[in-house]
Amino acid sequence: MTLFSLAWAVLRRDLLAAARRGSEWSNPLVFFIMVCALFPLGIGPQPQRLAELAPGILWVVALLASLLASDTVFRSDYDDATLEQMLLSHQALYPQVIAKTLAHWLLSGLPLSLLSPLLGVLLHLPTTGMVALMLSLALGSAVLSFIGAIGAALTVGLRKGGLLLSLIILPLYIPVLIFGSSAVKQAVEGAPFLPQLAMLGVFFLVSLALAPLAIGGALRISVDQ
Amino acid sequence: MAQTGLEVRQLYSERDDRVLFADLCFTLNAGDVLQIAGPNGSGKTSLLRILAGLSSRYQGDILWHEHSLAQQRADYLQQLLYIGHGAGIKATLSPLENLRWSCALRGLAADDQKILAALAKVGLAGFERQACYSLSAGQQRRVNLARLFCIPAQLWILDEPFTAIDQRGVAEIEEWISDFADDGGAVLLTTHHRLAISRPLRVIELGVA
Repeated sequence: MTLFSLAWAVLRRDLLAAARRGSEWSNPLVFFIMVCALFPLGIGPQPQRLAELAPGILWVVALLASLLASDTVFRSDYDDATLEQMLLSHQALYPQVIAKTLAHWLLSGLPLSLLSPLLGVLLHLPTTGMVALMLSLALGSAVLSFIGAIGAALTVGLRKGGLLLSLIILPLYIPVLIFGSSAVKQAVEGAPFLPQLAMLGVFFLVSLALAPLAIGGALRISVDQ
Repeated sequence: MAQTGLEVRQLYSERDDRVLFADLCFTLNAGDVLQIAGPNGSGKTSLLRILAGLSSRYQGDILWHEHSLAQQRADYLQQLLYIGHGAGIKATLSPLENLRWSCALRGLAADDQKILAALAKVGLAGFERQACYSLSAGQQRRVNLARLFCIPAQLWILDEPFTAIDQRGVAEIEEWISDFADDGGAVLLTTHHRLAISRPLRVIELGVA
């Protein structure tokens, strides 16, 4: 049995469990829609002002939605002790952790980025920024998922890890936010936004390579009690 | 088999400044059944978690096939089947889906026939595709125990396997343990129940001064 089929089994099981429960993938999405819908009401409906703020708003809200979702990555597995089975497998933890994080991204980051053009319209984001918005969110939220999974793995053993989780991962989210929202701003102004996307790509590759090691180590520590 | 299976030397563990056990020594060879007894809070689960490699809060040596656990970890985990007191199953999935995942984690190719046979053996024929949350507590426990029959192992570590199991089920599990030991497996378990098995049973009492 290859590592790929191991990862596939983990991914399939997580997606199946999430599909049956619903709240895991719908909560961040509903949060994203609600908060974005509140901004025109709070700031006022002037298209120009909204358009100016839209890249920042969309990215900040997506980041908070991702933060909100990050606690769930390992929570239920820890509670029902299936996490122990993962740790006691003689197979490498690395592909299992990548599969779990990928499943989390498919359920939180990807729907956000697919929905973002709609909310871009709501916030009068110029159409030139839509592609950059979707791409930067898709790539950036994958990085956020990996960072969030590290925090979730570190705090899963704690009774009330919520605030600690935010404190651990929020500083690490900031570079992603800076490059993500700047990509959208550049695209709106008609300037090239590929450099920013390339930076997000670098973040993604680095986190893909290194985060699973940190997540695996953190999980072992969290279960060790 | 001449090789010693699991050997524990001078094991010491404490929790919140309270000594759970000290100078604990025992060996567990093929065919042995060892029961860890003791009152609540005497460290039975802690001991099993240490032996399963989940906990590092101990001093002393644990040897598997005469080498330290750290060197033999992959081999040890491949031979070990640990069933903790947690649910061990995802409630939204069916028994079949849960066991497919458990088998995949152990590197076993998906073999539904084998899983269905295991579920039938633990008395869950007809419930294979029902979501686990709709099963009773005893049935959920049985789903977890079905792993005993779809995952090959040499050592079973069972933490309170009889919880929520009915009387007939208890007798069945005792029989499975005897059969497994007859076939050369080693079993380490905790229970408050008086075991009635056909094999010689050793008991280690924890929490006695």
